[in-house]
Amino acid sequence: MSLVAAFTAHRGAFALDIDLAVEPGRVLALLGPNGAGKSTALGVLAGTVEPDSASITLEGRVLDEVPTEARRIGVVFQDYLLFPHLSVLENVAFGPRSAGVPRREARVRAMEWLERLGVAEFARQRPEQLSGGQAQRVALARALAAEPELLLLDEPLAALDVEVRDEVRSELAHHLADWGGLTVVVTHSFEDVAALASDVIVLEKGAVTQRATVRDLVRDPATPYVRRLVSSWADD
Amino acid sequence: MARRSPLTPVLWIPAGLALGLLALPLVALAVRAPWGQLPELLSRVEVLQALGLSLGTALVSTLVSLLLGIPLAVVLARSAEWPAVPRRLLRALVTVPLVLPPVVGGVALLLLLGRRGLIGQPLNEIFGITIPFTTNAVVIAQVFVAMPFLVLAVEGAIRASDRRFDVAAATLGASRFTIFRRITLPLVAPGITAGALLCFTRSLGEFGATITFAGSFPGVTQTLPIATYLELQRDPDAAIALSLILMIVSVVVLVSLRDRWVPGITR
Repeated sequence: MSLVAAFTAHRGAFALDIDLAVEPGRVLALLGPNGAGKSTALGVLAGTVEPDSASITLEGRVLDEVPTEARRIGVVFQDYLLFPHLSVLENVAFGPRSAGVPRREARVRAMEWLERLGVAEFARQRPEQLSGGQAQRVALARALAAEPELLLLDEPLAALDVEVRDEVRSELAHHLADWGGLTVVVTHSFEDVAALASDVIVLEKGAVTQRATVRDLVRDPATPYVRRLVSSWADD
Repeated sequence: MARRSPLTPVLWIPAGLALGLLALPLVALAVRAPWGQLPELLSRVEVLQALGLSLGTALVSTLVSLLLGIPLAVVLARSAEWPAVPRRLLRALVTVPLVLPPVVGGVALLLLLGRRGLIGQPLNEIFGITIPFTTNAVVIAQVFVAMPFLVLAVEGAIRASDRRFDVAAATLGASRFTIFRRITLPLVAPGITAGALLCFTRSLGEFGATITFAGSFPGVTQTLPIATYLELQRDPDAAIALSLILMIVSVVVLVSLRDRWVPGITR
């Protein structure tokens, strides 16, 4: 079982044309500079951006005409989008409750996820009281508590201060491995790719310019953009 | 940054006059109020009747405004994506009652719902329903005048709220109804509260449209402001007492509005 998707979309003069596949236990990174179409691709997968044409199959289900709420695709947004009027616990319980789980049971499940991600102590707090790293873990807990069949991460470290980024990144890698489901990470940072992903699709100006495992990408970058990213990463 | 020049008397004098014009009448009301007779005045049957009618109709018209006004506010907020002509027309229709003299609103309501009105005549002939000069007419007049306040307050709150929270809720499997109930509505709740309070006070103070469309029958359509006006000719002390009640209610609402989100009204 896996994700297989091919779609085109446009935003004004910008055109995106991409096909991708993710196998179980693999984490795919969509790597590209700003404006390459990464977020649009993520939106098409999640069903929040209308594609020109699309063929998306997730775990044997054809999603082309399926609305966002029925896709079972979890998203960790760049700025997390934790609901400001709900407690951390209620944020995480939102997915189960939307699926019809009774309130008490949903809270129990939410608490389990918060414990798994090491943020249970903040259960009663409001999202605004959390640090960036804590908010990210809560957002991950919220997405996973809805039992998605695919997890999308949109620039998961971009909103964090530089000092904490490395630590949060390695924690995130740990949690993703722990979860083990199909995952797509959108990023413009090769640090993220190296730490989180097993496979990479490089997206430049709406088109795929390279697809490889992370190891092969480092060994043999296909475009100047990738070469620059890889060499500056290797210098660190 | 340029240093702000100190305020000159040229500015202070008219500003002080303006403030006096706004505040001194209320001071006069408080000073001349027959405080000693107040308990007696306020326990009179006709006063209690008018007070009860006013609070009751203002409450009902606020509820009606909430029920109809929130969906209208949603439509108005979404109309930002519409072509210019229908968008401006819709906004103009919502805003007109704010600038229209209430008496004109009352006349217009008579022409629509009166015994010979566009809708009132068939309503009367076919169903035997008469609207003008009834308590229902009081509520309709209040809704006409006060609902735009609620609609604009709620619309502002909707526009200010981030639609991406709705998207996030959808990715978690929430249906449209669940999203509206658990995300959209709570996020605009402060705007709804502020709009409802404004709507309530405006309803409570309604005079022109009410007396034109509903008349002034004690116990049926004679609300507090109308009773106040009529008492002023018969028993000025009673009128002052009634005014005090209206002023106190307004102040209470203003205080509870403080810190709530209504642009230009509380800040």
